Amino acid sequence: MTQTVQTLVSISNVDKIFKRGSEEIHVLGGLDLEIPQAEFLALMGPSGSGKSTLLNLIGGLDRPSQGSVAVGGERIDELSDRRLAAWRARHVGLVFQFYNLMPMLSAQKNVELPLLLTHLSRSERKKRAAIALEIVGLSHRTDHFPRTLSGGEQQRVGIARAIVTDPTLLLCDEPTGDLDRKSGDEILSLLQALNQEQGKTIVMVTHDIHAAARASRTLYLNKGQLSTEAEE
Amino acid sequence: MKYLYLVWSNLKRKKLRTILTLLSIMVAFMLFGYLGAIKQAFSQGIDVAGIDRLIVRHKVSIIQLLPEAYESRIEQIEGVEDAVHQTWFGGVYQKPSNFFAQMPVKPQEYLEMYPEILLSDEDREAWLNTRSGAIAGRTTAERFGWKVGDRIPINATIWTREGGETTWEFDLVGIYDGAEKGVDTTQFLFRYDFFHESRQFGQGQVGWYTVRISDPERAAETAAQIDAEFANSPYETKAEPEGAFLQAFANQIGDVGFIMMSIVAAVFFTILLVAGNTMAYAVRERTNELAVLKALGFTDRGVLGLVLGESLVLAGLGGVSGLALAWLLVSLGDPSNGSLPSFFIPVNNLLTGFVLIGLTALVAGILPALQAQRLRIADALRR
Repeated sequence: MTQTVQTLVSISNVDKIFKRGSEEIHVLGGLDLEIPQAEFLALMGPSGSGKSTLLNLIGGLDRPSQGSVAVGGERIDELSDRRLAAWRARHVGLVFQFYNLMPMLSAQKNVELPLLLTHLSRSERKKRAAIALEIVGLSHRTDHFPRTLSGGEQQRVGIARAIVTDPTLLLCDEPTGDLDRKSGDEILSLLQALNQEQGKTIVMVTHDIHAAARASRTLYLNKGQLSTEAEE
Repeated sequence: MKYLYLVWSNLKRKKLRTILTLLSIMVAFMLFGYLGAIKQAFSQGIDVAGIDRLIVRHKVSIIQLLPEAYESRIEQIEGVEDAVHQTWFGGVYQKPSNFFAQMPVKPQEYLEMYPEILLSDEDREAWLNTRSGAIAGRTTAERFGWKVGDRIPINATIWTREGGETTWEFDLVGIYDGAEKGVDTTQFLFRYDFFHESRQFGQGQVGWYTVRISDPERAAETAAQIDAEFANSPYETKAEPEGAFLQAFANQIGDVGFIMMSIVAAVFFTILLVAGNTMAYAVRERTNELAVLKALGFTDRGVLGLVLGESLVLAGLGGVSGLALAWLLVSLGDPSNGSLPSFFIPVNNLLTGFVLIGLTALVAGILPALQAQRLRIADALRR
């Protein structure tokens, strides 16, 4: 019996143009991309090539100037701001290069943040945050504040926050960019496990070829276009 | 409520800044409450002034006396039910700073004219039967530790006794209370017959009259009739509603309300700048975090609400503690050691205070909140 791989993200003919005063900067032009469910995709490319912009479009953090972005069959570029925010809360987990944790909240409370947007009770929120922290191996650090955690631990908290709502899609913007090799490897192993064991679809922007090697597919972005080969 | 810890933790981020802002808001609301109590003390009685009472005084000034004989003439004017006279005694107790209103009155008529003065039947009877008897308001009695049976010496600054003596001694036969807040309980009232027979000069003359009229809607007309009755006489009168009279009396030292409100307005303007500055900084230094919240799924309105919530908690904590402090200070007594007729924070002032707390929060927080609401996630995360 053959299993059909479903497309989760479908990007079609997307342009992204930024305006700086009277100047127009074409970051993405006529871009097409399909990401199957449960794929671990690495996006590479030089600085300014539009990797983060593409990631933002997939995650509904920004809108295309032209073209369509569909996730799970839903045209997210057509959603209102309010519905797009609700969609992000339900379907997307975000992991940032610099962790972007709230410095005045404990690890537990940081992980609970996305759950505030749900109707879960306080105890249920706490329970789910504890599970997410356990998955990333930080059960012993729940009450610690970000400033008392190492970079690797902070990124683990960031990943726990990203997965606590059990999203369809994990978007990681250079998740190992601020970490040493060992911590970076641990984070990549964690992402791999989330992809392989829990079937999370992951899109990871990275400059690091070793990080990209952990992904199931790597695409290169240059001058607004995607290719499977790095440009010389 | 589930967002409260988020709001609270943000306020704890810069503790010193938050504490200083809280203190400044607290001081502003403390001043608002305290000055409000002083303002109400100066306009004391206006709110409880009888709408069916007129005050008739000398046309030139209240310190000019009127003939005692006017009483019966006023009572004959159509629309007048009763008239009683009072006279400013102007004495002091022990030392000049122990100042309070003292007035010789006809006990029975006076108590009927002012039903808001509550005196027990026993004290009333004692007053009617004691020629040197006097009653004191609860505030003044407590101020000086007087009790019924005490002999109270008052040094006259105007009305000397026959023989030139300045000390008048009264027997305290009763202590009265006010039927409601705002009734002057600082007065010291003694019998007119005792005063009349003992004073060295001014026989047959009294200070002013309180007149009860049958139809408050015809107050202006009745007042005009009274003034007309005494027109072109050596003692022309000015009759006016009791509230207007008390307001004019309070205004003799300036428009206290305007002065107080000017101070409060200046303080609040400064506080708005302080609180607004705090909120603006709080949002500016958290641009990235607010963008992260939006990225996690918080809506534009949600973020707006969080920032406004912070502003509200800040203004609420500062404002409520300021009002509470004002309440505490006011309950300790008035700054003149009891010579203000009544000293309390009116409920209306408290309600206004709560409205001001909301307005302070809104005005201080709205611009930073709108800034946070408009924040574009992708742009903010790139910073």
